Amino acid sequence: MEENKAKIKQFLMRFIRKPDLDDDDDIFALGFVNSLFAMQLVMYLEKEFAIVIENEDMSLDNFRTIHRMLAFIEAKTSAK
Amino acid sequence: MIAIQFEFTADQYERQCEFQAFVDSAIIPYAGRHDKEERICPEVLETLRASGYLGAMLPKAYGGMGLDYVTQGMLNEQLGRGCSSVRSLLTVHGMVALAILRWGTKQQKDDWLPKLASGEAIGALALTEPHAGSDAKSIETTAELTDDGYILNGQKKWITMGQIADLFLLFAICDGKPSAFLVERSCAGFTSKAMTGLLGARGSMIAELTFDNCPLPTTSLLGQVGTGLSHIALFSLDYGRYTIACGCVGLAQACLEASMNYASQRRQFGELLQEKQLIQKMITEMTVNVKAARLLCYKAGYLKDVGDPDSIMETWTAKYFASTIVTKAASDAVQIHGANGCHSDYPAERYYRDAKINEIIEGTTQMHEWLIASQEIRSYHVDSR
Ligand SMILES: Cc1cc2nc3c(=O)[nH]c(=O)nc-3n(C[C@H](O)[C@H](O)[C@H](O)COP(=O)(O)OP(=O)(O)OC[C@H]3O[C@@H](n4cnc5c(N)ncnc54)[C@H](O)[C@@H]3O)c2cc1C
Repeated sequence: MEENKAKIKQFLMRFIRKPDLDDDDDIFALGFVNSLFAMQLVMYLEKEFAIVIENEDMSLDNFRTIHRMLAFIEAKTSAK
Repeated sequence: MIAIQFEFTADQYERQCEFQAFVDSAIIPYAGRHDKEERICPEVLETLRASGYLGAMLPKAYGGMGLDYVTQGMLNEQLGRGCSSVRSLLTVHGMVALAILRWGTKQQKDDWLPKLASGEAIGALALTEPHAGSDAKSIETTAELTDDGYILNGQKKWITMGQIADLFLLFAICDGKPSAFLVERSCAGFTSKAMTGLLGARGSMIAELTFDNCPLPTTSLLGQVGTGLSHIALFSLDYGRYTIACGCVGLAQACLEASMNYASQRRQFGELLQEKQLIQKMITEMTVNVKAARLLCYKAGYLKDVGDPDSIMETWTAKYFASTIVTKAASDAVQIHGANGCHSDYPAERYYRDAKINEIIEGTTQMHEWLIASQEIRSYHVDSR
């Protein structure tokens, strides 16, 4: 879990100017990301965690915060 | 940072030779006609269907060829060398197919992917409207949810293959949010009007589409309401941009080859043009730019094949570079041909007109300049924090 969190944070830091990003900060509400980010995030999560993000997973709520991303990855990998 | 692999596999190399031979024999002989008649000849459409290339981007499980992105890039480069309109067909058709593959429900995939792979159905992408071009968020077409499904109203313009497509990946505002729909040509209330008189890529069979109270089943929604631009259009346009960039490399290569042929035959002042240093300078610039653009395309393709998120920006970079160098290459090709470059007896004038279109479609040159700079500035400040 901690390892996954560190990986996600490292990826987000490439796009987000907030070194003290909290695990519950809403990255979309904070307005840090541009229009390309959603696709970049999808590609990153799929590649890094070997998951497939499908139609029914598209809700931004799965990706708003580091915590939610971790929960989503957890659910995806345990469902495999 | 990911390194890129420069060596082709035996399969990629074989495919490249195959695409080259296909374009030489089945596309180039028709390219002038496509331009004059403002359509793709029915026999070329048939050959394309039979070749399987309309399913190049789809997995074998759906009847596609299952080509990797680098190999698809080679195909688009070769098609771009032969005929920009045919390359456009593959671009828009692939954008629809891949959006369904990526975000479709099982039913949508089963219904459409085999037909798109075989070319039984042709796909087209309907985003642009009379009042919404670069600013895609301001589209006015609406899809209103009712008890029986959606009711679609609005107009689309400049839609490549709009004259013949069977299936449109269409973007509309639903519940205040941009959303994507799969709309069949046969749907009630749909009309299309052919647009003629294009500058270049004249065989693109562009149309203006009108949707007047078109009833759509709920199953026509692709993805979720609100994800139409952020996920679906962006994903489709990323493939579109990649294939256009590769097509530009092919077109620039055609400009270079035509220029070298002409310069090796035409004599002025007692010497072949190819002996003149000012002509050599133009040939050098074309050669170097084509090589650089091709490398950017291979890099974007490689990053796509390994699923790297940087592939998205690398594709913007490749499309920007390739589409700007091809207009320069085509302009120089006309210059080298002199008066012959201004007449349809030689392909240079068609290349010149076709080239310019690439700076307008899938994001104009200015949209690229805006996005690439803002992305670069952002990552520079993040990195140097
Ligand atoms: C041959 C062809 C095929 C096409 N095929 C399709 C298709 O299949 N499907 C589809 O949906 N659309 C298609 N289009 C439409 C195409 O995507 C649009 O033309 C393109 O997005 C640009 O929009 P526009 O023409 O409305 O120009 P505008 O957006 O009005 O732009 C006009 C000029 O202003 C510049 N500009 C705009 N905003 C800014 C800004 N913020 N800063 C600086 N400069 C700016 C642009 O770069 C451009 O130079 C096609 C167009 C052509 C010509």
